[in-house]
Amino acid sequence: MQYEAVIGMEVHVEINCKSKVFCGCPTVFDAPPNSQTCPLCLGMPGGLPVLNRSMVDKSMAVGLALNCRIARETRMDRKNYFYPDLAKNYQISQDDQPLCYDGYLDVDVDGEMKRIGITRAHMEEDTARNSHTVGGGQSGVDFNRSGVALLEIVTEPDIRSAQEAFAYLTALKQLLQYLDVSDCNMEEGSLRAEANISVRPVGSDKFGTKTEVKNVASFSGVQKAIEFEIARQIKVLNDGGTVLQETRGWDADKGVTLSQRLKESAQEYRYFPEPDVPPIVVDDAWIDAIQKSLPELPTARKERFQKEYELSAYDAHVMTLSRAMADYYEAIVKAGADPKKAANWLMVELLALLADAKVEISDSPVSPENLAALIGLIDTNVINGKIAKEVLVEMFKTGAAPAAIVEEKGLGQISDTSALEEAVQAVIEANPQQVADYRAGKDKIFGYFVGQVMKATRGKGNPQLVNEILRRELDS
Amino acid sequence: MSALWYQKTAKEIRDAVHTGEATALDIVNSFIAHREATDGTIGAFTQCWDDEARETARSIDEKRQQGQPLGPLAGVPVSLKESFCTRLGKTTGASRILENFQCPYDGTAVTRLAQADAVFLGKVNMDELAMGSSTESSVLQRTVNPWNHDRVPGGSSGGSAASVAMGCSALSLGSDTGSSIRQPASFSGCVGVKPTYGRISRFGIIGLAPSLDHAGPLTRTVEDAALALNVLCGEDPADSTSSDKPVPDFLQGLSQDIKGLKIGVAEEYMTDEVDEEVRGKITEALDCLSSLGAELVKISLPGTAYDAAAYTVISTAEISATLARLDGVRYGMRDPEARTVQDMYVMSKSAGFGPEVQRRILLGTHFLSGKNIQNCFVKAQQARSLIIREFEEVFTQCDVIAGPTTPSVAFPFGSKSDNPVEMYRCDRFTLGANLATHPALSVPCGMTEAGLPVGLQLQARRYDEETLLRVAFHYEQNRGFDLGFPPIS
Repeated sequence: MQYEAVIGMEVHVEINCKSKVFCGCPTVFDAPPNSQTCPLCLGMPGGLPVLNRSMVDKSMAVGLALNCRIARETRMDRKNYFYPDLAKNYQISQDDQPLCYDGYLDVDVDGEMKRIGITRAHMEEDTARNSHTVGGGQSGVDFNRSGVALLEIVTEPDIRSAQEAFAYLTALKQLLQYLDVSDCNMEEGSLRAEANISVRPVGSDKFGTKTEVKNVASFSGVQKAIEFEIARQIKVLNDGGTVLQETRGWDADKGVTLSQRLKESAQEYRYFPEPDVPPIVVDDAWIDAIQKSLPELPTARKERFQKEYELSAYDAHVMTLSRAMADYYEAIVKAGADPKKAANWLMVELLALLADAKVEISDSPVSPENLAALIGLIDTNVINGKIAKEVLVEMFKTGAAPAAIVEEKGLGQISDTSALEEAVQAVIEANPQQVADYRAGKDKIFGYFVGQVMKATRGKGNPQLVNEILRRELDS
Repeated sequence: MSALWYQKTAKEIRDAVHTGEATALDIVNSFIAHREATDGTIGAFTQCWDDEARETARSIDEKRQQGQPLGPLAGVPVSLKESFCTRLGKTTGASRILENFQCPYDGTAVTRLAQADAVFLGKVNMDELAMGSSTESSVLQRTVNPWNHDRVPGGSSGGSAASVAMGCSALSLGSDTGSSIRQPASFSGCVGVKPTYGRISRFGIIGLAPSLDHAGPLTRTVEDAALALNVLCGEDPADSTSSDKPVPDFLQGLSQDIKGLKIGVAEEYMTDEVDEEVRGKITEALDCLSSLGAELVKISLPGTAYDAAAYTVISTAEISATLARLDGVRYGMRDPEARTVQDMYVMSKSAGFGPEVQRRILLGTHFLSGKNIQNCFVKAQQARSLIIREFEEVFTQCDVIAGPTTPSVAFPFGSKSDNPVEMYRCDRFTLGANLATHPALSVPCGMTEAGLPVGLQLQARRYDEETLLRVAFHYEQNRGFDLGFPPIS
């Protein structure tokens, strides 16, 4: 039987508010355990939550960017369960009235656009972090993360393959980074993705029993876990078995999913309205203000780059991978560089240097203005392209301006005719045999003379002038 | 004269300190001496901060000597219910689970009192985690009714009421989720005010049912209550349910007469279920108000029949979540025998919570489980909406509602502690103001033949504490008796 996969994604993303969502504690990652806590996020008696307005702003921005409807009157709810990482033993979350709902995200899957429905995006607080000593006996809880602003984004079961899931996560992360609402760092846990996976015979409109795959540390891990899980479920069914509803963890080393917890019935969270936080009323003015504050989003920016800078679809795609990249690119163009040359130099040369050094573009030691200046030096024949690459390496090391490097290292192109004539004469004198061959009609050997002259000028000879003088001297 | 400072009102005390007629230290010493003489019997105080109180008093006296301005409660000796968070001493909620809990911060109400130059004498007893109407469920000690030591002082702010009635503190900070300021004020013979929800910050009070919890003062006179409310009320950024409504000067509003004010009298508050003697005292009080020019109007509050059910469901549901944090993980009692996480919760909570607290947590969990959310919790919320609307409607017919605070006077120890439903019934006239969040108070309106105080409950429109206090003040000035102090045995 032919099966198809039905996948829905749940993504938890820590929103980069300066303070926690219900108290004033800072949210710096990796601070000493329990150094960023107060009576409220420790769940002390008498502590009261006060909703961080910037959390609502940023969550609304995400919702609008995901084409969601925004609830005009909503509230926070208490989600009750006992666990030592939950300071109050209830999580302040949103139950049946999420701030954002009914949206979608268009995702590029191998050049085809696929629309993934967004069921909801709701605000909640993060939990603390438990750690256990090896062999048991001691457990510690670090409440620094307790109460950090968290947005949960849930899709419709619209995803049909691991590849689509990967594309969705990539597009979502790109969007969140464009909105500057999260650093989306999976290793630090600021973005966590879970997949709900089931399979069904092709053509069926019923859902199969789903499993939930958690604890995956990267997007490619999610992709692999989903691939594995689809194959596993199909095998179970083909072998005449039944898929159990359960939570499964991804073992990246072994490349398998493993059962963690059976879910025989839905957990009872006893949601009810959070009495300590007044209802959240959202008016048109608020939504308008957030809408106006949205940056140009990736898809729109990519299309504009193709049109305005005449970039190819691929180049425009690369130039808009991140907001930082797109901003950097536009800064080069704004500083006067030709848009296509700017794209080439950024994509081919600078990105390679950044990748080697593992530096983000936002931290690039080469400023966009300096990269534009470098391209300008080529355009005005001060240096040639080959030298320019050397200059860029130097710029990357020192952060210096290209003109200064060219001058300091004497890398300027030799366009002085008499100097080049001298070099040409020297090459002709040193290679009588080759000269004879050339003059005897062996045209192809001309390149050899060019190479020798360039070698003698250490690459600085103006290629056009070198050609001219060589032809003149050899053909005379 | 100086030996009798404890008999003075908060207003007299602060005036004496402001003018220099007395030092704060003399006043504090007078209260401490009186407490030493009486509280061994009464059992109101659970923590005595004598040294710290004297130190604060000295610093207030010094401030005055240096010509610095003094706060509106300068030198007023205050006691705090065990549920108010303070850096000083312990904050136990009269519960085993918080027996040794030292809070790292002061709540807003406490801070405001301190900034007004009040002097904290210590903490006073209460029902465990404010659940109860007799202070019998405290794990700390027994507090008796100052007028009859075989009877309860009321609850849950029983220590507050007893300490004020006895003259051991001029003002006590209490909290009221269903009756817990007004009922003990009525039983022990003092004034207790629950202002409008949001008037006094709840930040730093061991929470119970946040949508019903109110803080408020217990005092000997209405004027003192107004003075305390002037200090306690006002918006607090740490409590997002606190109100930004401007706070008037409640003292200034007292003197205006009450001629022409409409006093609503509800038949639902004067049924046969109310003790005849209590009804008699209430009728006398209504006559008094009438003689002062107020107009008595008949009103009807049929929704009162749903108060107890709605209150029970909503309060216990909120309690079940709010108290979940008392789990022994981060602070408070943890059973050292527990070996698993599950055991840690079960054993710590089983040993840490008394039967009444466990009962309410279980009830609340039940009301929020499965279909009960729809059948109980949502229904109770709907009933609450109806109750709110009914009060809004009634307050178009009258300015203040008058009736008994409780159907009967203070009962003997043990007479209701095995019958929770009977215990809950003590609160049936007070719950409405918590559900509808409007202000209400209890003011003494006489003594029974057996020598037990009776309380008159007044209720007013939301945010209209001015009218509420004005009516109570004029009644108090004209009621024709002085409750005085209970005899020292």
